[in-house]
Amino acid sequence: MNDLDSLEAESIYILREAYATLKPIAMLWSFGKDSNAMIWLARKAFLGRVPFPVVHLDTGLEFPEVYDFRNRYREEWRLDLVADACPSIEEVDPTLPPNSRLAARKTLGLSQAIRKHGYRGIIAGIRRDEQAMRAKERVFSPRGASGEWEAKDQPAEFWDQYNLSQPPGTHVRVHPLLSWTELDIWRYIARERIPVVPLYFARNGKRFRSLGEIGITTPIDSKAASVDQIIDELATTRAAERAGRTMDHDSEDAFERLRAAGYM
Amino acid sequence: MTAHSHDYVALRPSNERAFPIVVVGHVDHGKSTLIGRLLYDTGSLGEDRVAQLREASGRRGLDVEWSFLLDALQVERDQGITVDTTQVWFRSARRHYVIIDAPGHRSFLKNMVTGAARAEAAILVVDASQGVADQTRRHVHLLGLLGIGQIVVALNKVDLIGRDPQRVSEASEEIIRCLAENGLAATAIVPISARHGDNIVRAADMDGYGGPTLVDALDRLLPRASNLNLPFRFAVQDVYRLDDKRVVVGRIESGQLRNGDTIAFAPSGQAARVVSIETGNGVDRAEAQAGESVALTLDQPLFVERGQLAGPAEEPPATARRLRVRLFWLDAAPLAAGSRISLKLGTAEREATVLDVEEVLGMASMQTADRQEIRQHEVAQVLLGVARPLATDRHALLPRTGRGVFVRDFRVAGGFVVTDFDDAAPVEAPVELDATPGVVIWLTGYSGAGKSTLGRELVRRLSERGRAAHLLDGDELRRGLNRDLGFSDADRRENVRRVSEVARLFAEAGTIAVVSVIAPRAADRAMARTLVGPRFAEVHIRASLSACEQRDPKGLYARARRGDLKGFTGIDSPYETPVSPELVVDTEADDLATSADRLLAFVDNWLG
Repeated sequence: MNDLDSLEAESIYILREAYATLKPIAMLWSFGKDSNAMIWLARKAFLGRVPFPVVHLDTGLEFPEVYDFRNRYREEWRLDLVADACPSIEEVDPTLPPNSRLAARKTLGLSQAIRKHGYRGIIAGIRRDEQAMRAKERVFSPRGASGEWEAKDQPAEFWDQYNLSQPPGTHVRVHPLLSWTELDIWRYIARERIPVVPLYFARNGKRFRSLGEIGITTPIDSKAASVDQIIDELATTRAAERAGRTMDHDSEDAFERLRAAGYM
Repeated sequence: MTAHSHDYVALRPSNERAFPIVVVGHVDHGKSTLIGRLLYDTGSLGEDRVAQLREASGRRGLDVEWSFLLDALQVERDQGITVDTTQVWFRSARRHYVIIDAPGHRSFLKNMVTGAARAEAAILVVDASQGVADQTRRHVHLLGLLGIGQIVVALNKVDLIGRDPQRVSEASEEIIRCLAENGLAATAIVPISARHGDNIVRAADMDGYGGPTLVDALDRLLPRASNLNLPFRFAVQDVYRLDDKRVVVGRIESGQLRNGDTIAFAPSGQAARVVSIETGNGVDRAEAQAGESVALTLDQPLFVERGQLAGPAEEPPATARRLRVRLFWLDAAPLAAGSRISLKLGTAEREATVLDVEEVLGMASMQTADRQEIRQHEVAQVLLGVARPLATDRHALLPRTGRGVFVRDFRVAGGFVVTDFDDAAPVEAPVELDATPGVVIWLTGYSGAGKSTLGRELVRRLSERGRAAHLLDGDELRRGLNRDLGFSDADRRENVRRVSEVARLFAEAGTIAVVSVIAPRAADRAMARTLVGPRFAEVHIRASLSACEQRDPKGLYARARRGDLKGFTGIDSPYETPVSPELVVDTEADDLATSADRLLAFVDNWLG
């Protein structure tokens, strides 16, 4: 087994643990590279079909290419798509910095979906190497009754023994990609030929390295126009993956506040 | 630190898997400083991050505080301690590493364990001027339990002892002894100064030291031995139905599997031949190996379920009802002898009872403490009893299937490794999955302990839920079926035998037979278990003799004391306390309602 085989096997193990113990469960689908790799892994774990809904937290502000991608692959992958509109910006905590408020809309959208559908498990494609707050996460991360995350009082997690049970009224976030790196994801995309939104590939010297909504995501300078070129680029870059996500840089603790409140 | 403040994580620019290591040691011995220094000295930090670090340190009135690098949370920076496991990458000339930061602060032991369990090797940081401290001992002991066999010692702050070779040597000796006590040895002991960057990457001129730098020592570490050559084990996660196919999914924990192999599932003991192995690509595989998540189809429709463990048919995994384990306890509330606790081993979950606490290593200095309760962060050896047989292995032989965790209040509360167990015969799978089979629940304990009262309450609650349940009360039966029996040893044995046979008939008819009979002799209770078979649970209704005598609901103790009653259990006839009951209910500690709750929860868990 090479390193990608090991990562794949671990993620499949995690997905099967989640599906066996958390019911009902749903997976978040943001159409980003990680999210698509995660659906790919789920199709393998469950032998060709994804046996639970995939949830799009729709702010109405995705790029048109993203909506095209969604509509094509929900058909092709026979996904049970749940795409309710997120609550409006007026309902968001007004003390948050402006660029973080859109993300906060997604948090509200998620808790709305959890309330409406009664999900006990939410599978999300975050990775440790993306961001320092995410580095502190558990694979199975229990949430409070209103979805909040107690970063400082997390249960122990070791030997692949996850916290599978939970008090009534709460849910567990499941993170099957936590051990993957950005480069692992691209190498896996290359190996498995997983489709991605074309915005990741350079056009006119710019490409999106991390995909968020219109207005809060900026492209980076790049000549990488194919998956292989992206892999080459990542081997030499020293810039951070989420540098183009303006919400991360509002203030020193903006992202921490978002995550504590239940953001992915 | 404005923009990019969270992106301290050094990029991992390689196609190879990083070598995971953990950094442990006593608080303030310099772990975070060492990590910051490792990143800087190996050139794994961007220029902008170094500038941010200088700026953040300067704002807090410090020179360069390397440990800030790891403290992603604002509040942590202000307190000056690292709170949670984070991971950072760095590269040596030879390979890439991921450091799982493991803080030494006592209350964060659960994070240290979480981090260390993923590591291939550990750097043990010891302050040369302080020597081995409490958490040094604790962490070393935990590394042994967690199975981290490779340890590089960073003997830090040698500048504080003037780089004195004599003192370096003394400190090294002490560390070697500490490791040896836990069956461990250091692969290298490197005298360093993290603050000054001595012997991290750059070899420092140090009297009497001719060994490797810290990074050289790391580069010599080997990956953990693979589990490929161990016996085959497959942990069942789930059974999927695809069209007309039943597919068993799970992970190969050790060894290898070939298509066509016959495998046996424990604890059911049933065997079948593997007719296909899939890994999710829709392509059949000829073989698969340890670490792979696979989907198997079998040639026979066995009763297979989540929690079972498969092995080679000729050498199936053992099943156990009693396990001796070494454990580390993480929960704030102690674990006491007699208490019930949920455990997970592989994908199996069981209710267990702590039958005996054989040894507790106290918090302060890892000294043996003589008590029957294990407190937070302590290590202990205990004997566990499980209600239903559990498939397991000895940790020394098969680490992955010989260890597990405790769960309390929805949280992982501790970890254990199995050192020994008794073998239990495989349990046959239920023939009809939909039928509700009966069971025998034998309540044993002193007269006045509350057996009949609890038995009645249990039957009442089960009946309310529509379950067929019946109480077989010892006193009542002695007025009818057993009216020819007295209280001699022989008569007591016959009493137990008759009640066992009657209870078995009830169980076979699908009823939950609740028996309240003292059954003071362990041998008689063992006979009852044998007569009834696997659907038998022994429940010790515990109350001290003095408590029972004080209660004396029927005035029997008073009569026995006066000599009016001969052969009365506890007065002039012995009661042999159960050593491996499925459950202990303490009616002295808990009131009737709580005791009944526990009984009912046990039955629910047992019967699913």
